[in-house]
Parts: sequence; C-alpha cells; structure tokens
Amino acid sequence: MKKLINAPDAVLSDALRGVQAAHGDRLRVSFDPAYVVRSDAPVQGKVGIISGGGSGHEPMHGGFVGPGMLDGACPGEVFTSPTPDQMIEATKAVDGGAGVLHVVKNYTGDVMNFDMAAELGRGENIEVETVLTNDDVAVEDSLYTAGRRGVGVTVLIEKICGGAAEDGRSLQEVAELGRRANANGRSMGMALTPCITPASGEPSFELGDDEVEIGIGIHGEPGRFREQLGPASQVAERLMAPILDDLPFSSGDRVLAFVNGMGGTPLLELYVMYAEVARVAGERGIQLERNLIGNYITSLEMQGCSITLLKLDDELLRYWDAPVNTPALRWGA
Amino acid sequence: MGITAGRAVDWMNRFASEVSEHRQELVRLDTAIGDGDHGTNMERGMRKALDRLGQAQPEDPGAVLKSVAMTLVSSVGGAAGPLYGTLFLQMGSSLAGHQEVELPELSAAWRKGLEGVQARGKAQPGDKTMVDALTPAVQALEEASELEPGLQAAARAAHDGMLATTPLVARKGRASYLGERSKDHQDPGATSTYYLFKSAAETLAG
Repeated sequence: MKKLINAPDAVLSDALRGVQAAHGDRLRVSFDPAYVVRSDAPVQGKVGIISGGGSGHEPMHGGFVGPGMLDGACPGEVFTSPTPDQMIEATKAVDGGAGVLHVVKNYTGDVMNFDMAAELGRGENIEVETVLTNDDVAVEDSLYTAGRRGVGVTVLIEKICGGAAEDGRSLQEVAELGRRANANGRSMGMALTPCITPASGEPSFELGDDEVEIGIGIHGEPGRFREQLGPASQVAERLMAPILDDLPFSSGDRVLAFVNGMGGTPLLELYVMYAEVARVAGERGIQLERNLIGNYITSLEMQGCSITLLKLDDELLRYWDAPVNTPALRWGA
Repeated sequence: MGITAGRAVDWMNRFASEVSEHRQELVRLDTAIGDGDHGTNMERGMRKALDRLGQAQPEDPGAVLKSVAMTLVSSVGGAAGPLYGTLFLQMGSSLAGHQEVELPELSAAWRKGLEGVQARGKAQPGDKTMVDALTPAVQALEEASELEPGLQAAARAAHDGMLATTPLVARKGRASYLGERSKDHQDPGATSTYYLFKSAAETLAG
C-alpha cells in the first residue's frame, strides 16, 4: 500500500487540519468532536442542514459546506459512520432557530448513529427532521436487505435542500423537497479496481485485470456481480438500463444526469461515459437538462464511476440552479 | 461471591485484549462481507473505554458497563458503536444499584441488552448478525442454575451461534447488499460477540 499519509490512525485529523488551513476563512473546524460548519453558522432564521458519513468519499460531505448547500458536516473514520456526539454538536452549531435537517445516507451505521443524534437533539429542544437517501438500484429493496444504499442523489439533495433553506423555506418544506428528490433519483455504480483503506492496507475485493464489478457501493464493498470489461458504451448501458427501468424514466422527462467518478478515474473517461449516457437517454427520448460530471462522492482511490439520474420539476430545477459557494461546488456566487 | 465492579473491569480488560488479539481476524471477516473496519473500530473503542474506566473508577458493575457504553457510542461509529453501546447501556441500566451481581441479575441484564440491540438494529435471529450469537448465549445463561457453568454454557452457545452464521444469507447491515454472496462467511459481529462471552466466562466467575 502506498498512500500520502503520516499514519493510518491520523488520516482524519490530519485531513481536517488541511481543511482548516485551506478554508479557515469560510469554514469553522472542530477536531473533538470532529465536525465542520460554515463560519457564519448559525444563520438566524434559516433551516440548518447537516450531513455526515465515513471519510473517504471526499469532497462529500465537508466539501459541500457553505452558503447554498450544507451548514455543517460530520466526518467519521474512513468508511465508518460518525458518532452521535459529533452530530449533536454540529446540530447545535447550525441551529438558527428554524430547526435542523439531517441528510442521512441509508447505511446501517449512519442510520443508527443519526437516530441517536436526533433523539439527543429533540432532548435539547431542537426540531430535527431527517431525509434518508436510498437511490442505489443495485440493491434489492426488500425486507431481506438493509434497503437501498444512499449514493449519488445525496449530493444533489444537499444542493437542492441548501438552495431551499437559503430561500427561507421551512424545515418541513425543505425536508419534503429532499424526500421528493430522493423519490425521483436513481443511481448505479461500477468499479474497475477495488480501494484500500489506510487501516486495513488491503484491497477491499479482488478483481481480475479484465474484470469489472457492477453494482458496487461507495465503501469498497463488492457489487452484485462481476463480468468481462467491455467498451464504455456497454458499461453505460449496463448501468443505465436498471436506472431507467426502475423509476421508470420515460420519454419527455426532464432529467439531471450526474456522472460521478469513484476517486481514481480521470475526468477524460468520465466525459466518455457522459457521451454514452447522453446517447442512451436520447434513444429513450429523455432530455438531459442539467448535468454534473466529476469526482464528488468517491471511494478513496477506486477507479470506476456511478451514474445518477434525477427527474426534475420546476422547483427542483430552481433550487439546483440557485447560487452555491462551497469548496467543491460553486456557481452563481 | 457475586460479580463486583472490579470483576466487571477485569471482564472489559479481557474483552479488549481478545478484540486486539483477533483484530486481524475481525478485519478479515468484515472485509469479506462488510467494509473491513470491525476489528479496528472495536479495538479503538475498547482502548478508549479502558482509559475512561481507569479515570472514572465506577463503583458498581452497572456503572462500569455504562461508562464503556458511552465511550463506545462516542468513539466507535459505524454500526458497532450504537449496537455495542446500546448493549452495554441496557445491561448497565438493568444492573443499576447492585454492588454485587448474581446469576439472576446478570441473566436479566443480558436479556435487556439483547432487547436493546434488537430495537436499535431491527435484526432477528437468522439475519446473520451479532444477534445470532447473543440469542442462544442469553438463553443458555437463563437456563443455568449457577454462575460459572452458566457463563461457560453461554460462551459455548455464543460460539455455536457464531459458527452457525456461516451458511446464512445476510439480511441486515452491509453484508445484506451481497445477497447470496454473503453465504459461506462467518459474521464478524457474531464473532466479536462470542469473544465478549468468552471473556465473561474467563473473568466473571470463580
């Protein structure tokens, strides 16, 4: 294992020191418990929005803290949910009196820790609402699984809810908007390589030179199946078909297409994938009205990508287009 | 003689040692069907829990377990933090006020702990989780009439429960994403739970 680290167990605090050094003018960094909030938090009268999850997915979530998106983020250890004490301190730090929204990806650990934090928040008389994201069509949604994982749509929801909160919408309204975006978003991912956590030092799964893993999550967990690597056009079809069929997306739908890199994939290849995504969408009569292309919800150094499609309406589109000013996402500001 | 605070601390020390000794095993099991962090997270959490126990010096067994619970909740993260935290918190609450704990109180505390874990994680027996080691072990303890053989029977039952997770298809946690591919792997949570009962059998009696 070769990594740019000082020590495996110092990765999180060392990275937070870097965030503070780089963005100390606009973010406030707490090391114990670990969280990041925008420097003007709490914004009085505005709904506060926090998210959190294991580290290793950068820029999600800390890179999305700033006006127009998140008020705060709680980073856990690599691929490990943060803890309730981080979440409750971040919740208090961003509560401007209008309540706090927790954006939680559907993973067992994240859900349980955020549940405990929401219980603690209510104990402190802070109104807390939760939006649970579960957009990954690779996982069968049934009583026999932990349910679908929250992946790419999480980034889109954080942006859209952030825009709505900045616009003065109420906690209930912002939460409802987030749930609507989740209900209209679907994702699927694939990997060319596994990833290596600093703590384990071992690849998260074994994959042959000519194989791809289809239906991966974002924690190096293996996918639903593996197959021979084909051309990008074939990989795009492999990912798009289950996404399109699941919602289902249909001719005439206005869609935001998000082609996300898993951390180790060149932007060049992501654009190759986007061309294929646009082709497949066009064949079905689906209009790609907006797009986002880049490494936004990553899995350390994994090579691969995920595709997220979000069916838009006027309100979702308005808040997607609203100004945002964060370290990782910025426009109109 | 019943279980004192000192003996409860011995138990936690032994559990921390077991987790450290078997860290690689837990990581390997978790890498196969989860995300590979179980051994590392539990080791980190138990080390912090022992630090805090050393500073706080709780006066009864219930307070020992509550202290460990709070440290695990705030330092482990993942699913193991809330689950082990809830287990020890429920056990600690159940034992509140007892300076010395005998078999009936211990059995009742384990039952409360198991109920707490199931309420938090929504897992049933057979879902390939720590509940599969906990459930038979708690039953074995409840059926026992004396502490020492009871703890040994519980450890054996936890061991059997742990081994029995291997052919199961996971229905909870990250392993459930694998569906059929989660078969033929022993559950890491059930494995750490076995070490908890093994440690109890080695420290709490006699």
